[in-house]
Amino acid sequence: MKASSEHTYRRGLHPLHTVLLVGTLPLFAGAMLCDYAYSTSYHIQWATFASWLNVGGLVFTGLAFLCSIVGFFRAADRNLALMIYPALLLLTWILALVNALAHARDAWAMMPAGFALSIVVVLLAGTATWVGFSRLGTGVKS
Amino acid sequence: MKLTSLYAAPLSVLLVVSGASAQNAQQYGANPTLPEPQRGLLPDMTVPEPAEWGDQLPTVPDGYAITAIATDLKVPRQTLVLPNGDILVAEGSGGNAPRLKPKDFIAGYIKSQGTTSVESGNRLTLLRDENGDGRYEQSVFAENLNAPYGLALVDNNLYVANQDAVVRFDYEEGQTEANGPPEEITKLPSEINHHWTKAMTASADGDFLYVGIGSNSNITERGMAAEVNRAEVWEIDTETGMRRSYATGLRNPTALTIQPDTDQLWAVVNERDELGPNLVPDYLTTVQEDGFYGWPYSYWGQHVDPRVRPQNADKVESAIAPDYGLGSHVAPLGLAFSIAEMGDEFAEGVFIGEHGSWNRNDPVGYKVVFVPFSNGEPDGDPIDFVSGFLTDDSRTRGRPVGVTIDPDGALIIADDLTNAVWRVTYEGNE
Repeated sequence: MKASSEHTYRRGLHPLHTVLLVGTLPLFAGAMLCDYAYSTSYHIQWATFASWLNVGGLVFTGLAFLCSIVGFFRAADRNLALMIYPALLLLTWILALVNALAHARDAWAMMPAGFALSIVVVLLAGTATWVGFSRLGTGVKS
Repeated sequence: MKLTSLYAAPLSVLLVVSGASAQNAQQYGANPTLPEPQRGLLPDMTVPEPAEWGDQLPTVPDGYAITAIATDLKVPRQTLVLPNGDILVAEGSGGNAPRLKPKDFIAGYIKSQGTTSVESGNRLTLLRDENGDGRYEQSVFAENLNAPYGLALVDNNLYVANQDAVVRFDYEEGQTEANGPPEEITKLPSEINHHWTKAMTASADGDFLYVGIGSNSNITERGMAAEVNRAEVWEIDTETGMRRSYATGLRNPTALTIQPDTDQLWAVVNERDELGPNLVPDYLTTVQEDGFYGWPYSYWGQHVDPRVRPQNADKVESAIAPDYGLGSHVAPLGLAFSIAEMGDEFAEGVFIGEHGSWNRNDPVGYKVVFVPFSNGEPDGDPIDFVSGFLTDDSRTRGRPVGVTIDPDGALIIADDLTNAVWRVTYEGNE
C-alpha cells in the first residue's frame, strides 16, 4: 500500500481562532467610543471604560496572533502573502499596547493621543479581521 | 526597582522616554525653576527597595547624636510630645481607594515594594523615659482607632485625627492609658481617601483645630465629584465641632503647625506627580485664610495644569503661589519649628521629614532637612539634618514621616519603614 502524503486540512479558521479574531473589533471599537464620550463629556468613567476595553482587545488580539502564527506554520503553501494577516495582528497589538500606556496617563493627559490611537487601532483591527477572513475564509472541512 | 529601564528597552523605538535630564535646576526657595511639563509613555518610577540598618544609624551633623527610642511599631506616622515629656505615636495606614484603571494594579504593586509589610497599628503608643536616661518604655495608650495621624493637645483634651473623623480623649498629665473610647468631634471626608492622612494642629489659643485633607487623586483622575471637600485645610471649632474651609487648593497638606511668636499656620504640601522629575515642587508655606493654592487647576500660582477638564480660568487667576519650594517629589510629611535648645546652627527654622520620591529616576528626599529662617521667614537652602536612609545602592533603610520638637532640645522622628521612632539630641561641641 502506498504511503499517502495527503492530509485532511481544516480549511479556514479554527472556531477558537474565529472567536478570538472577531472579538477584537467590538472591544477596540468600544474603547474608541468611550474615548469619544470622555472627550465630549469630561466624565472620567468613560476614560476608565476605554482603558479596560482596550486591555480586553489586547488579550483577544494577542491570542488571535498566536493562532495566526500556528496557522501560518501549519499551512501547506507558506508564502509571503500569508504573512500579511499575522503581521497586521501584531501591528494592531503593538499599537494597542502603546494606547494602553497612553490611557494610563492621568485624567486629560491621555488626550488627544489616546483617542487618536484608538481610532488607528480600530482601523487596523478591522483590516486584520477582513484580511483574515478573506484569505483564510470561514471555511468548512474538506 | 527601575520600571523604565525594565520595559523601555523593547519599546525604545516607540517611546518618548522622558530622559534623564539631570538638570541642576534651582528647586528650592521662593522662585524655583519650573521646567516644561513632560511625561513619556511610561512614568518615571524608581522605588528603592527596603534594606536593614544592621548596626548602622542615620547620619546626623557633628555635635548631634541619634538613637532609636522605639522599635517594632506598627507604621508610626506622627508624634506628639506631652507636657511631662512622654511621647505619643500615631500608628497606622489608611485609604480605601478602589483600583479603577489597569494602571492602578501595576503602579500600586510597584509602590508597595517601597513600603512596610507591617499591618496598620490603628493605635497610639506612649513612650516614656522614666528616669531620664534616654531609654523609653513603650505602652499602648489607645487602640481601635482608624488610621490615626494628626495629634494635638489642648489643655486636658487630646485630639486625634483619624482618617474619617477628629476624636477627643480626656487626658491628665502623666496618664499612660486612655480612659475609654474617644468622643467624636467632627467627621472628616473619608470616601475613597486616596490621600488619607489627616494632618492636624491646634491654633495658638486652642479654640480651633486645623486639619489637612488631601485630594482624592493625583490630578482629578477619579473625577471632579470625588474632590468635594478635598485638598483643603479645615478649621474646626473645638467647642462645637463646627467646621469650615480655611484654605483650599492644597493638594495634599501632610503636616500643619503653628509658628511660635506669630501664631501663623504653616503647612507642607505634596504637589502633583507625572509632570516630570523636576515638576512640581513640593512646598512649605504659610496658610493664608481663605487662600486658594491652585490644585487642581494650576500649580505654583498660575501655571495651568492641562490635565484638568473642565478648566477654570477664574480659579487659576486667584491662585496663590506658595512661599518656599522644597524640591519635586521629596514628599514632605513632617513639619516642626525649631527652638534655641537645638543648637545655634539649627535654632531658627523648621525641620521637615521627607518620605522620599517614587516618581523620579534619581530618588530624592528620604531624609530630614532643616530650612533656616530669619525674621520669621525661610532664608536659605535646605540643609540635611538627618540623612543616610538611602544606601549607596539605592535601597532605603527608613522613610521619615512626622517630626516633632521635644522642648528639652531633641528632634523626634517617626519612620514608617524602619517602624521606629528616632530621637536626635544636641550634644554641644565639647
